[in-house]
Amino acid sequence: MQVNETAKEQFRPVIVAFCCNWCSYAGADLAGSSRLNYPADVKIIRVPCSCRVNPLFILRAFERGADGVILCGCHPGDCHYSTGNYYTRRRMTLLFSMLDYMGIERERTRVEWVSAAEGAKFAATMNDFISTVAKLGENRKLRDLRCKK
Amino acid sequence: MQKIGVFVCWCGSNIAATVDVKAVAEAAKQQPNVVYATDYQYMCSESGQTLIIDAIKEYGLTGVVICSCSPRMHETTFRKAVQKAGLNPYMLEIANIREQCSWIHKDIKEGTEKAIILMTAAVAKVQLNKPLIAGESAVTKRCLVIGGGIAGIQTALDVADAGFEVDIVEKKPTIGGKMAQLDKTFPTLDCAACILTPKMVDAAAHDKITLYTYSEVEAVKGFVGNFTVTIRKKARYVKENLCTGCGICTEKCPMKKQPNEFNMGLDKRGAIYIPFAQAVPKVPVIDPDACIKLKTGKCGICSKFCQVQAIDYTQKDELIEKKYGAIVVATGFNLIKLDKFGELSYGLCPDVVTSLEYERLMNAAGPTKGHLLRPSDGKEPKTIVFVQCVGSRGNSCKEKSYCSKVCCMYTAKHAMLTKDHYPDTDIYVFYIDVRTPGKNFDEFYRRAVEQYGVNYIKGQVGKVYEENGKVMVQGSDLLSNEQVLIPADMVVLATAIEPDESARKLGTMLTASMDTNDFFTEAHAKLRPVESPTAGIFLSGMAQGPKDIPETVSQAGAAAAKVIGLLAKDKLLGNPCVAHSDEMLCNGCSTCANVCPYGAIEYQNKEFRIPGGVETRRIAVVNEAVCQGCGACTVTCPSGAMDLKGFTNRQIMAEVDAICK
Amino acid sequence: MQEIIEKINELFENGTVNRVLAWKTGEFDYERTPAVFTKEDGLDGFSYDSFCAANLAKYLILETKKEGKIAILAKPCDTYNLNLLIKEHRIDREKVFILGVPCRCKIDVEKIRAKGIKGIKSIKEEGDTLIIDTIYGEKTCPRQEAIQDKCLACQGRTHVVFDEKIEGGEPANVEKIDRMAEVEKLEAMTPQERFDFWRSELSKCIRCNACRNVCPACTCTTCVFDNPASGVSSKANTDTFEENMFHIIRAFHVAGRCTDCGECSRVCPQHIPLHLLNRKFIKEINELYGTYQSGEDAQSKGPLTNFTQEDAEPSIVYTKGRV
Repeated sequence: MQVNETAKEQFRPVIVAFCCNWCSYAGADLAGSSRLNYPADVKIIRVPCSCRVNPLFILRAFERGADGVILCGCHPGDCHYSTGNYYTRRRMTLLFSMLDYMGIERERTRVEWVSAAEGAKFAATMNDFISTVAKLGENRKLRDLRCKK
Repeated sequence: MQKIGVFVCWCGSNIAATVDVKAVAEAAKQQPNVVYATDYQYMCSESGQTLIIDAIKEYGLTGVVICSCSPRMHETTFRKAVQKAGLNPYMLEIANIREQCSWIHKDIKEGTEKAIILMTAAVAKVQLNKPLIAGESAVTKRCLVIGGGIAGIQTALDVADAGFEVDIVEKKPTIGGKMAQLDKTFPTLDCAACILTPKMVDAAAHDKITLYTYSEVEAVKGFVGNFTVTIRKKARYVKENLCTGCGICTEKCPMKKQPNEFNMGLDKRGAIYIPFAQAVPKVPVIDPDACIKLKTGKCGICSKFCQVQAIDYTQKDELIEKKYGAIVVATGFNLIKLDKFGELSYGLCPDVVTSLEYERLMNAAGPTKGHLLRPSDGKEPKTIVFVQCVGSRGNSCKEKSYCSKVCCMYTAKHAMLTKDHYPDTDIYVFYIDVRTPGKNFDEFYRRAVEQYGVNYIKGQVGKVYEENGKVMVQGSDLLSNEQVLIPADMVVLATAIEPDESARKLGTMLTASMDTNDFFTEAHAKLRPVESPTAGIFLSGMAQGPKDIPETVSQAGAAAAKVIGLLAKDKLLGNPCVAHSDEMLCNGCSTCANVCPYGAIEYQNKEFRIPGGVETRRIAVVNEAVCQGCGACTVTCPSGAMDLKGFTNRQIMAEVDAICK
Repeated sequence: MQEIIEKINELFENGTVNRVLAWKTGEFDYERTPAVFTKEDGLDGFSYDSFCAANLAKYLILETKKEGKIAILAKPCDTYNLNLLIKEHRIDREKVFILGVPCRCKIDVEKIRAKGIKGIKSIKEEGDTLIIDTIYGEKTCPRQEAIQDKCLACQGRTHVVFDEKIEGGEPANVEKIDRMAEVEKLEAMTPQERFDFWRSELSKCIRCNACRNVCPACTCTTCVFDNPASGVSSKANTDTFEENMFHIIRAFHVAGRCTDCGECSRVCPQHIPLHLLNRKFIKEINELYGTYQSGEDAQSKGPLTNFTQEDAEPSIVYTKGRV
């Protein structure tokens, strides 16, 4: 029962995943129907398109206790709305570089393109992201430092 | 205040095996404004739905959360159910506790905890839901077909036969497309002209069909059911209503030096010309780049000979604006340019021709009147080499990755037709694979090999060069593992097919998605193969991907059926989850319109009362019928004036808060 | 200055404009504040010299809503913001007469004070030297050492939009700085050092909104932080997170639009180097999407409302500049 002992102490990150309705959310569904496991730490929020994700949502998630935020959309060129993910790509590149510039660990944020057919990629991506964030430990920099221990 | 009901589905054991559904329902009761929570084996079943409907009525629920499978599965089902109970269908949220929870987690404690969080997020969101009403828009009962080849003609005829008006826009001076240039068609060897030209005449004569030849689509506005299209009718310099098509002008034109496009440049035409004898409409067109009268003001011979005064050198391009309910893209294909294939000597050696050029050389109405004479010296070729997959199925940047699909069959056809007319011709075909999946296709190919003795060599051609009046073809025979060198008289390249160059621009105008090769993509590769993901845009023929004539005609018919289905409706119901701009917050800065892929945002100046007077402000207004609800504008809007109904900033933040709690 | 006054009077007299947006002498001899002069009241107190640092562009939003045409005195750097405002339909070009005025970099009195020169009564320029009359007697200071930070980083731009331009003045003899040097210095730090740097800076923020109010790109009728539906509305920073968020979002909202006019840092009463946030975005945009100078024209799509199919993936952030 040593495994359970360590599991208890193991840090479980809070991960928010924004998934576009047409590709990545369907990809997550496919991961589910293919019974591909990934930890329960990730919770998905459905958005119509990755371009609906406002930087405010990402900052808000960190403020409220998320340890990592991942944004999934259709592959560039495959956007259901033709161009949405191209804007996402620029916006998030800039936002992430700014977070990095302010000293927030850059590995806490990620954008991945997952198609509706890529259930396996979805699960693999989540597994990888969760373990990356778990290694970083709890997010403290983007929260109220005065209230947290 | 909301009264929320939470319904937790077991999905048999699909959910209940790894999620304690009763615990989820109990936890739901602790959530703010939740007045009722229960679990049930199959929420989507008749009795499950009745349970929801009854609870809505009994407890006066204003919002419903269903914890079940993916919303992609049953959102519509449950929306209909809550609507039956008198609730707005958009007062429903689904917590996906099957695909995104029970199916991926094995530990019941972990699964239950996550299910509770997902439920909490859905409850937090539904608190902020507002009733949404889908807008209605009228359908203009007219269809535009872009492209007048066999695909466009067939779609137009089918739609018109169902009683709807159809306009065909064709950029060439005549309809007919590539099929008109073909000699005979596989696998039955019908003469292309004999089966196509009657359809061209039918289209022209149909009282529901209007032809806009020598015309192009200039601009597209609007949305499904309500497109407004600007068509540029290029100046023909010949009055269509007067011209009798006698052709005397084309005979008298002194400028007979222009490469004849219809014959792939293998002979010449005049500055005023009719593309081919069966052209529809049979009205000549003046090539402004070649006409002496248009360039210098002198000449005017055609006008002098015209007995009906149809020549009009002052004609200008005309812009026509028309409304359509549906648009069919049938823009067809071209052969790729071979300038990057120097090793094949195309363009250097006149006896190396493309398959379409060979098609014209074989054609009784072609430049050689159907006598197979090679372009360099006009002699009959005795040895002909066909090279397959030129530019198709390749990995290099100059090649296309896909199979052009028709080449294997037309090469077998070329070989057999050649042997029919000139039995002592030696024919070699270099191929990677021979692909013949189609009714009577393999039989056709085997006839070429077995009855006609065409030499098929599995292997690719490395080099083609001219030597002592011969075209030397150096290739490899993979089966005997030998290099072969064939002194040929002619080489025919089965050149890859690519979408017409107008496709990309058109795709942008229509906001219809395309793949990396500029073929239009279908809404679903299997289940919606003739519709574009953009509502109201349909696909017909090669514009969607390489296909042969039977397939094109069936797809054209299928596209027509979809168009008819759309035009038969009087009203369309929209998606109510669309963007909305708060006029009190909007700056009118136009940033949102810059990112809108649909042109759904317009601006107007509106007067506002301000302390001490009235102020005029520029504000954004979303056309809800055009907006597809992607939300790009909501993020680009700095003030947050632009929000997306059904996915508002506050709703998404509420979900974030619930998850991160 | 005489030439400018003559020009303004000419514009008043021939009826081109009925007001002019410019600067007037403030309480102190070296203080210049934005002011609107009307035809009726004349140019009493008008001044244009090395102390007129304020960017007047933003005032036009309200001014062009008023009756009649207004003239604006625009330094080369200001015209970039005018272009942006025109592009974003925030001002009515028809109601503005843009009078370009020359600039030889502005003087920052704070920098003179920082040198220990106190009790300043007035400042005169003699070539590259400032003659400062103080209550303790006359002091001097090399002009270069008192140049506004924002002017040191100015790209030496020319007027990009104007109706008429007044040439002239002696050329500025100013040594410019590499505007990205400070950003690069931060980038070279470890994440923890950067975090500590920004915490120590942003924790000084008192949310006075001076940066927001002065920024000629920050022109929302209602700011997102004042919009209750945005979910982030707040009047003050209640915690350290909000200090960070306000400035990240402020910089993000002007990303691709910021002309690097430097007004945000100039007006910050807490001396937070806010321009370093904006410049980070400018640097990233220039490196990733091609050099873009906001306000250079009034038509081009900004980098965040544009894209190419070959754009870098966001994962570039993981590898970029990693030591």
